[in-house]
Amino acid sequence: MIYFTALIAIIQREALRYIGQRERFVAALVRPLVWLLVFAAGFRAALGLSITPPYLTYITYEIYIIPGLCGMILLFNGMQSSLSLVYDREMGSMKVLLTAPLPRWWLLFCKLVAGAIISILQCYTFLLIARIYGIRMPTIGYVTAFPALLVGGLMLGALGLALSSFVKQLENFAGVMNFVIFPMFFLSSALYPLWKMAEAGRLLHDICAVNPFTQAVELVRFALYAQFNLPALGWSLLATGAFLALAIWGYDPARGMIRKKG
Amino acid sequence: MKKILIPALLAASPALSGEIWVTNEHDDTVSVIDTETYEVKRTIEVGERPRGITFSKDYSVVYICASDSDTVQVVDPNTGEILHDLPSGEDPEQFALHPDNRHLYIANEDDAIATVVDVETRKVVAQIDVGIEPEGMAISPDGLIAITTSETTNMAHWINTETHELFANTLVDSRPRHAEFTHDGSQLWVSSEIGGTVTVFNVADQSEIAKIRFEITGVHPDNIQPVGFEFTEDGKTVFVTLGPSNHVATINAKTFEVEDYILVGRRVWHMAFNDDNTELYTTNGVSGDVTVIDVASRTPIRTIKVGRFPWGAAFRPTE
Repeated sequence: MIYFTALIAIIQREALRYIGQRERFVAALVRPLVWLLVFAAGFRAALGLSITPPYLTYITYEIYIIPGLCGMILLFNGMQSSLSLVYDREMGSMKVLLTAPLPRWWLLFCKLVAGAIISILQCYTFLLIARIYGIRMPTIGYVTAFPALLVGGLMLGALGLALSSFVKQLENFAGVMNFVIFPMFFLSSALYPLWKMAEAGRLLHDICAVNPFTQAVELVRFALYAQFNLPALGWSLLATGAFLALAIWGYDPARGMIRKKG
Repeated sequence: MKKILIPALLAASPALSGEIWVTNEHDDTVSVIDTETYEVKRTIEVGERPRGITFSKDYSVVYICASDSDTVQVVDPNTGEILHDLPSGEDPEQFALHPDNRHLYIANEDDAIATVVDVETRKVVAQIDVGIEPEGMAISPDGLIAITTSETTNMAHWINTETHELFANTLVDSRPRHAEFTHDGSQLWVSSEIGGTVTVFNVADQSEIAKIRFEITGVHPDNIQPVGFEFTEDGKTVFVTLGPSNHVATINAKTFEVEDYILVGRRVWHMAFNDDNTELYTTNGVSGDVTVIDVASRTPIRTIKVGRFPWGAAFRPTE
């Protein structure tokens, strides 16, 4: 019961913080919307030469890019919530949280779930705006996308959590974000399909294929068409487990980086 | 509750089964698509460069323009067997079957004539001199008027089907490719491929009612080349294929305004409805496939691979 109370409390805290920061909400939406309304509009007719699953017919680039931009929201939010962890640690509220009479892994997991839920809310707001703009997914897809977004949100949140445990100060975090976010986003299927990558080079294609972000995006892409992509799910879950283990290890005062940092 | 359920169940009832027959210009074949499974269930070998295709009114035979074989072939749709050839004149591209189910009006592109063939006696009844490179062919629902469009003269020629004589010629924009009467026979729609327009005529006095232009975001105007038409059964909407722009336009038949553009495969030529008009099948020449459009939502739902350079399309019920 106390586990559940802690989960609710942490989600409430994140939600309150989120509601308190309207700019963050707007900023998080502006980024994918700029990609959609400016970048994708310019490349509108660039795709449509090959039909790959889950699509059954030719699509515009704007339709192709939607799951990738949902992934972008999850990625930035995952990183941002871990950034707030570093801030919490500097401010001391992290210590208060970690002294709660509950296993540390549970507290970190709660933090993760809270971050993922906020991300999903943003994704749905984005999907709604896209729908109003005229980019529609099958209606059932909006429902089936939820578990895929949750898995993606947890995975990228876990990655952020793991990174935050290795970063000493807030200032260093910007560098880490640049080294993680940009390669992860551009070396994925978010902006261009993997078969296009294969044309550019086999190695590039293989790097993109093993990138867990690609798998999260593909999971969302298939789910938006009410289809299930088992390899993408397996790979995403595996990556979530690995990142989470790394985060728990990182935050363990007996072994992890926290001790090294004193 | 019943009131709500019954229409819902009716709406959910599966469409009657049928087939869409597609001529593959470069494969000398016809692909037969099952409208229930969306799969090509048969491929039939026909003459060289098949293009125009139409069924007899009772669906007992199918007529196929084998352009490079200089003939119209009559095929048994059940067996796929070529029953016989009809004398069509040179290079037949498009044709139209008269409502009497007996006379085929064929456009002979190379000879600047329209040939009328009796499908029962298999003899040429008349040859009518028209403009240069005739292509489009249409017959009014009452059977009194035949239209052929000449690509180089840029005209729609109005033919009296009783006397086989021209009674009017109307100018349209460059390279008129296709003509079609509305279901009630009051209007004639003509597409101009190079001009990029569709001209609508009042059949009663052959006057021009409207000229429709197209504009697609991100597509060069030169690539917007209207060709084929299909009118919905209620007569409210017209679908127009726009060639290498890879889009099909929907037009409000009352206001003549373009309402939507639907993305399909590359170089879209012609179309055919399924049995209940809920789906529209487009032939995409360059990409070698057929896109299925959901008519109600005006969205493409899937694309089916057929042979090389699909061109004409026609529907046949199977039950």
